[in-house]
Amino acid sequence: MSLRVRQPGLLTTVQDLGRVGHQRDGVPVSGAMDPLALRVANLLVGNDERDAALEITLTGPTIVFEGDALVAITGADLSATLDDARLPAWRAIRVPSGATLAFGAVRVGCRAYLAVAGGIDVPPVLGSRSTYVRAGFGGVDGRALRRGDVVSSGAPSALAERIAVSLTHADGRAGVARWSVGAKLRPAYADEAVVRLIAGAHAAALTDASRAALHQATFRVSSRSDRMGYRLEGPSLELAEPLELLSEPVAFGTVQLPPGGCPIVLMADRQTTGGYPRIGEVATIDLPLLAQLKPGDRVRFAPISLEEAQALYVEREREIAGVRQSIVLRYR
Amino acid sequence: MSGISFSPLGDRAVIIRLGSSIDEATHRRVRAVCARLDAQPIPGVVEYVPAFASVAVHYDPATNAYARMTELLDAELVHLEDEGLPPARTVEIPVCYGGEFGPDLDDVARHHALTADEVVRIHTGGDYLVHMIGFAPGFPYLGGLPERIATPRRREPRTLVPAGSVGIGGSQTGVYPIASPGGWQLIGRTPLTLFSPERDVPALLRAGDRVRFRAISRDEFLAWDADA
Repeated sequence: MSLRVRQPGLLTTVQDLGRVGHQRDGVPVSGAMDPLALRVANLLVGNDERDAALEITLTGPTIVFEGDALVAITGADLSATLDDARLPAWRAIRVPSGATLAFGAVRVGCRAYLAVAGGIDVPPVLGSRSTYVRAGFGGVDGRALRRGDVVSSGAPSALAERIAVSLTHADGRAGVARWSVGAKLRPAYADEAVVRLIAGAHAAALTDASRAALHQATFRVSSRSDRMGYRLEGPSLELAEPLELLSEPVAFGTVQLPPGGCPIVLMADRQTTGGYPRIGEVATIDLPLLAQLKPGDRVRFAPISLEEAQALYVEREREIAGVRQSIVLRYR
Repeated sequence: MSGISFSPLGDRAVIIRLGSSIDEATHRRVRAVCARLDAQPIPGVVEYVPAFASVAVHYDPATNAYARMTELLDAELVHLEDEGLPPARTVEIPVCYGGEFGPDLDDVARHHALTADEVVRIHTGGDYLVHMIGFAPGFPYLGGLPERIATPRRREPRTLVPAGSVGIGGSQTGVYPIASPGGWQLIGRTPLTLFSPERDVPALLRAGDRVRFRAISRDEFLAWDADA
């Protein structure tokens, strides 16, 4: 099965869970901005949750399916349609060959994920199919999709085949699964998010006023935000004393404070190290809420302890394992 | 190992701090920690990232929570000494200095009241250490630039610095592995490919390597087979 790109959309890239193990060589992890949505999309179509899918940003592509397909769309609601009929999200869908997938208005969120059974089959680079546009590798020739591109899916799993059979109608129309995932794995995206923040290594170096502002103010996502980082506009934050720091490793969700006073949250395509003060670290559980904000949206930071953040992480991993198990049982 | 401390980097990583300055003793401690993490894998560790005076360990909190992870790391590292490290590799980097490949060489020379040849002689005479890789895929942070040619960055960064460009930025020198914006003074260019995702070992340099620069002519540069 192949996907033919009739219109590429604003920024449609191949992403998986990222290029792990090469940060010591300065290689960014990349991968899905909203890894939860990517994982769930994969599970819904019987894939390994680490398989590659399309990350679709705000203005979606127009795609023609060349071959029968089993797909799922998760993440942002970008008004997906199949042959002009509204397409339900967060469900496995059997798509007949020749059908056209299109997108419309942004209802909520910023990034949708289109998983196809078998995963998007592009050559892995350093163990990952994720596109890293800045250095031009991964995905399709290291770039976003263009009009005329044709990307193929890999071989579907036996589970995917069983799901597809269960959704196939004799008359050839699209078949939509009646089941989905629970609310815990479908975060309530909004254009104003409250995101929980673990204290950063240099949070104590903020002035009292800035430390208070970090957790009380509402910040706006700047238009100069991208997959590398979210620049936040709000009250200017200041350190009590300037810090002389050596470059140190950073992580997905690290909140840096450059001298200008506007924090930057490091996202999927972040550099591996940074020399700015780190005033906070977004809890992994809330990264999807942040990644689904678009320029102009708003965010507030609620404090959370490291212990609680890790407990929530473990609980979410259990939820995901539960979904994986229930899909396997359903199609045994 | 004494003088070692841990601090969380979010909920999926811990930073092991081994010093507070850029020096060779600290660097040896960083290397020793990495060597131990290679030799003794700890359950739940996803990858580690060495820096000037610290090592980040990315881990899965579903395997070990922070408190347990730091216990395991501490037990592994407490008796660690920096003897017995494998000898450092020395990598020679050929550079065509000046001209179209090093448009700022004359400015750097003027800044120090030296000739361009003297700057080249001093730069090729240095013994450099790769303290860490960061900023971009395969980008080496090199220590060891002779103070006599340390030069402030350009007032206006270039929007595009070609891959292989050799520059000076303050008291650092380095090579741009991929084309990127940059504010360093460009004194030359190497025909070597510092980073290629298609290679088995994608980055030419690794933390701990020694680097020497060697001047080559423009003809040698143009005739260089980057894949050789």
